[in-house]
Amino acid sequence: MSKSATRLPEDHYVNEAPFDPKAIEKLTPEQEAVFLASQMQLMWWKFKKHKLAVFCGIFLLLMYLMAAFAEFLAPYNLEAKNSQYIYAPPQSINLFHEGEFVGPFVYDYKKELDLKTFQRVYTEDTTKVIPLSFFCSGDEYNFWGMIPADNHLMCADIQKPIYLLGSDRLGRDLLSRIIYGARISLTIGLIGIMISFVLGIVIGGFAGYYGGWVDLVVQRLIEVIQSLPTLPLWLVLAAIMPANWSPILIYFGITVILGLIDWTGLARAVRSKLLALREEDYVLAARLMGASPARIIGLHLVPGFMSHLIASATITIPTMILGETALSFLGLGLRSPTVSWGVLLNEAQNINVVAITPWLILPVVPVILVILAFNFFGDGLRDAADPYG
Amino acid sequence: MLGYIAKRFTYMIPTLILTSMLVFFLIELPPGDYFESYVNELIAAGETIDPKQIEFLRTEYGFDRPVWERYWIWATGMLVGDFGYSFEYELPVREVIGDRLIFTIIVTFFTIIFTWLIAFPIGIYSATHQYSWGDYGLTFLGLLGLATPNFLLALIMMYLANQWFGTAIGGLMDPEFVDKPFSFAKFLSVMEHLWIPVIVIGTSGTAAMIRRVRANLLDELRKPYVTTARAKGVPEFKGLMKYPFRMSLNFFIADIGSVLPQVISGAEIVAIVLSLETTGPLLIQALQSQDMYLAGSFLMLLAFLTVIGVLISDIALGFLDPRIRLQGGVSR
Repeated sequence: MSKSATRLPEDHYVNEAPFDPKAIEKLTPEQEAVFLASQMQLMWWKFKKHKLAVFCGIFLLLMYLMAAFAEFLAPYNLEAKNSQYIYAPPQSINLFHEGEFVGPFVYDYKKELDLKTFQRVYTEDTTKVIPLSFFCSGDEYNFWGMIPADNHLMCADIQKPIYLLGSDRLGRDLLSRIIYGARISLTIGLIGIMISFVLGIVIGGFAGYYGGWVDLVVQRLIEVIQSLPTLPLWLVLAAIMPANWSPILIYFGITVILGLIDWTGLARAVRSKLLALREEDYVLAARLMGASPARIIGLHLVPGFMSHLIASATITIPTMILGETALSFLGLGLRSPTVSWGVLLNEAQNINVVAITPWLILPVVPVILVILAFNFFGDGLRDAADPYG
Repeated sequence: MLGYIAKRFTYMIPTLILTSMLVFFLIELPPGDYFESYVNELIAAGETIDPKQIEFLRTEYGFDRPVWERYWIWATGMLVGDFGYSFEYELPVREVIGDRLIFTIIVTFFTIIFTWLIAFPIGIYSATHQYSWGDYGLTFLGLLGLATPNFLLALIMMYLANQWFGTAIGGLMDPEFVDKPFSFAKFLSVMEHLWIPVIVIGTSGTAAMIRRVRANLLDELRKPYVTTARAKGVPEFKGLMKYPFRMSLNFFIADIGSVLPQVISGAEIVAIVLSLETTGPLLIQALQSQDMYLAGSFLMLLAFLTVIGVLISDIALGFLDPRIRLQGGVSR
């Protein structure tokens, strides 16, 4: 017994040292960090454990950066044509020429006209080496529509065109067009999801908060929209857009169409969550203090499951990207001169393309990769949204 | 049970009425009507038209009446099997649609069967071998199917089928069988062509299906009764199939209804690429030429099929699960 103990009557001893609540269960520094961590930090730790999701997140970030710096990364401008090289097949980058290291280069095309089929036949001319240079000057452009520049990541040294992914029916470089197309294809999903997000939260929020006949009407509406096949619905809405709209208007029209049909799933999730949460005491407290329904929903209820909503929204972005691709492929979505991956695939519409110029279906590769990445990334987010699980 | 079925039936009615209103609103939305695009087409072709004749056609088809009246005529007409008149084909819509709807149903049916055949074994394997290489690999394969745009897959498969098996390109049967009465040879030809759309449409749905089978089965497998069964020495396969698997089927039956619009939706674009004689190409054409009753009745029929699908799945669930039967509905 220490000296500082005071002796009380009835033989009770009280230790006068200040009480340390952690004295009984010592926490290691790691445990303490976990207990003190904010929600966001917990989610981040959980997300980091999902290696594939992190990898996909980085990949998506790179894709968006690529879209942002398209002018610089693309070897040519969007509309740069070369009638000398129509339907040129992809070239491969080599490093060694006749056993000698010369740095990255491609071989020149040798062109012949097949007199039976009147097709241009391109072969590699293994005697002519076209070296590649980096950070060079090429086509002039206005970076982000403002800064005039002519720098490109890569171009051919000699005045010869290079088509790493081949060229299309006007001799335009497919690689450049895919890079530019990322701008539309990648943003259309984001804007569409924002529209459906707002619609889902507002409509689902009111249905869940008020219940009763509001809920009944919204439920029926959701049922109706979900009972119509998506693609025909898109088609109907896309057909409504006047043909003389400018590309920008059509772009927004498409995002609105994609968003208008997609919100039902989110609204359902919001509704069922709110139905459960609105009975909580803190909601009653807020209501008694005179908070408006919009404030209660927006400030007190929705933030409670926001992370879940974001995660489930991420998973539906691929549907939107595929939707745009499908609409453009059918010629009801975006049209040239606007370039998206769907518009590029529109060129690959008939079976001759698969047979004769198969590289025109290459824009499907970024589509697949981005959709896969969004799926895994969304999976990781969804797991992380519930860091205690 | 009868009361439950009756209740589900009454739920159907407001849904169908709302759907018909929405559909009619949508097909009314584009500016102008069929006659306008028809006149434009004629002018573009260099022909002259008598405006009186167009006016006559307009009155004849009721285009001078107010919108709600036209809706009423259309909606009540459908109740007695009159789906309106197709301007472009100059035939009643029912005759234009007839065969194509049957082919759509055939393709849809086989696609759903295909999806189940693929998704169930994979889902069960993935759930019992969670986090194994097989689980990851198969899930990835499924996702790859989801990520590949259907129309492109259709193109490539069509090309390969032509190269390897010499299947005629496009269509649901060899050209010589079109418009021929039904025969065994025709049936074989349809089968020979059917597998491409079935696989293409099926691949986009399997990933979601695999995921759900896996998730639902995993939920069941974690329950104590599975451990008890194992501890008592029930063989692994029997212990899996007899209770956990059956329990995990609930979601699957609840889903039959919502699978339909997805499959039909996927089928439309594939049908266009493969030029199948299903509803897809017709619908798009009708939309573009503003052949509004054809398009509208089409959408309505598709929606009707879905509502029936949901009804069937609800009734099946009611039979299987007394909890749902007694509470009057499943919350999804």
